[in-house]
Amino acid sequence: MFGEGILKGLAETARNFLGSYVSKKRLTTVQYPEQRLPQIEAYRNFPFLVYDGDDWQQGLRCVSCFICEKECPPKCIIIEKSTDKKPDAVGKLQFYPKVFNIDVSVCMSCQICVEVCPFDAIKMDTDFELSSTDRFSGLLWDKKHLAKSNEHYHKIHPTEAAAVDAQLAAERAKIAAKTKATAEAKPATPTPPANANGAGPNAANQPVPTATEK
Amino acid sequence: MTMSPIQQADQFFVTSQHRFVSYLPAEFQSLTSAILSVIAIVLVFALLFAITTVLERKGLGRIQNRYGPNRVGPAGFFQPLADGVKSLTKEDLVPRTADQMVHFLAPVLLVTAAFLAYAVLPVGRNMVLVNLNAGILYFFAVGSLVELAVFMAGWSSRNKYSLLGGMRAIAQMISYEVPLVLASVVVIMAAGSLSTVSIVDMQASYTGIWPHWFVFTPWGFAGFILFMIAATAESNRSPFDLPEGESEIIAGYYIEYSGFKFALFFLGEYLGMFATSGLAITLFLGGWAAPFSFLTWIPSYLWFFAKLLLLIVIFIWIRGTLPRLRMDQLMSFAWQFMLPMTLFNLFVAGVWHFMPSGIVRWLVCIALLVAPAILLSRSLKQGKKFAVRHYRFAE
Repeated sequence: MFGEGILKGLAETARNFLGSYVSKKRLTTVQYPEQRLPQIEAYRNFPFLVYDGDDWQQGLRCVSCFICEKECPPKCIIIEKSTDKKPDAVGKLQFYPKVFNIDVSVCMSCQICVEVCPFDAIKMDTDFELSSTDRFSGLLWDKKHLAKSNEHYHKIHPTEAAAVDAQLAAERAKIAAKTKATAEAKPATPTPPANANGAGPNAANQPVPTATEK
Repeated sequence: MTMSPIQQADQFFVTSQHRFVSYLPAEFQSLTSAILSVIAIVLVFALLFAITTVLERKGLGRIQNRYGPNRVGPAGFFQPLADGVKSLTKEDLVPRTADQMVHFLAPVLLVTAAFLAYAVLPVGRNMVLVNLNAGILYFFAVGSLVELAVFMAGWSSRNKYSLLGGMRAIAQMISYEVPLVLASVVVIMAAGSLSTVSIVDMQASYTGIWPHWFVFTPWGFAGFILFMIAATAESNRSPFDLPEGESEIIAGYYIEYSGFKFALFFLGEYLGMFATSGLAITLFLGGWAAPFSFLTWIPSYLWFFAKLLLLIVIFIWIRGTLPRLRMDQLMSFAWQFMLPMTLFNLFVAGVWHFMPSGIVRWLVCIALLVAPAILLSRSLKQGKKFAVRHYRFAE
């Protein structure tokens, strides 16, 4: 009949209108700042630097190998290598980044830095409320801003973090066994000084852990 | 002159205006009284505009199962304030190639024309700015200024989309002006007057508890429906919002307007909608008259605004329901359905006038209206068979 479709449509919208006052199920809107949806584990947006232990400067896993800086498609990572060395996550002496900056206004959240990192030092964060009143320095994050604990990593990506931890533990055990074996084979040579030499012969026959696997 | 409390409440604004004016010297009295009325009209309808924008956004939101604005103030009702501050503080950009003068005048003319129409709308008993003999004629004459303003905006912006929007607006508004006027002519025929005040006075009487509104006659009902359809098209509202169709021509004729001029366009559009709704109320829904005789104790202006809000709600409801028409659908609807129907309606109003009152008159008039409506809607549908469409150039 003439006009039937219009009346049907009006009835449908009226049902929606009244229904939205009656049943809360219809209103799917989440009132954002007050209410939040539970975060999806696979969610990621900007990278952060993982550190182990309590001291973010000591525990930083990054060894400033520059792979992420070179791979970064929009070139938003700026690294400066240190002159001295400190033990890394698996106990080897390595360089550490004196400066590690990420310009998040340039970052495109592609996760390539995470994929290429052989040390599991850079991971994707889930924090998305990043607005700043200063669009230059406010969005250029330094090492301190980027450093987040391994516990934080466990909280946002539990499965992934557990896998990374297991791998690191295995590598630590391997190195410990090797050091023990070398110590037994050459009892005359004290092991700690050999390790302290860092890039000495001992370190050379222990390849960089994950790099060789990848 | 003594008045009962009910009458006092009804005439509160009229008497207080008289009292205020009476303190002034005689030569200023009529001028001051006119200025006071104008200020009242401007304030009240601008406020109504603000309320309507919130109600519309909330209503449309609920129709789509979301909340709508609910942040500014209690339940989001201060949203228009925030919007006003925003539009006032925004940069007012004018294209370098635009016709600066016309570009500036278009929104001013639009709002002025929209406000001028309120001069003849009786919003309550004795509450009309001027009781013109040719009130309805004046209303339509002023209403056609809106088309000029819209085309000025579309033309002066020197933008292809705004020009397209302006062209569409002109085509649409002129096409629907015809059924709009013809739909209201039936009331003029029945009332024998062009004055809005006397038209309302004619409807403000009762048989038993039932009012004598023109909408309660076959020709009045048909006229009301036709008038409302034409009014929707006149005020460029969905489903007739082709001149500003966002998906096709971005914002149509006001694409090059920003800041407060953009807000003025919005204001003008809504004021036009209120004015045509107000005229529909005056012509068909008894103006400020109460719907039942036992409700006449409620002040007349409240009835007018209640009816106006009801029509606004219907406008919002329709906007939330119907998708936009295509240009050819719009035009064929205007000329192949609306125009013949309004002409038939004129004939039916004549038949109603000359037939003796009774059930026969009702049946004859309803039959005379339903039959052409069905036939015309069939003829609109004919020739539209669903088939695979062949594109001459795209394949």
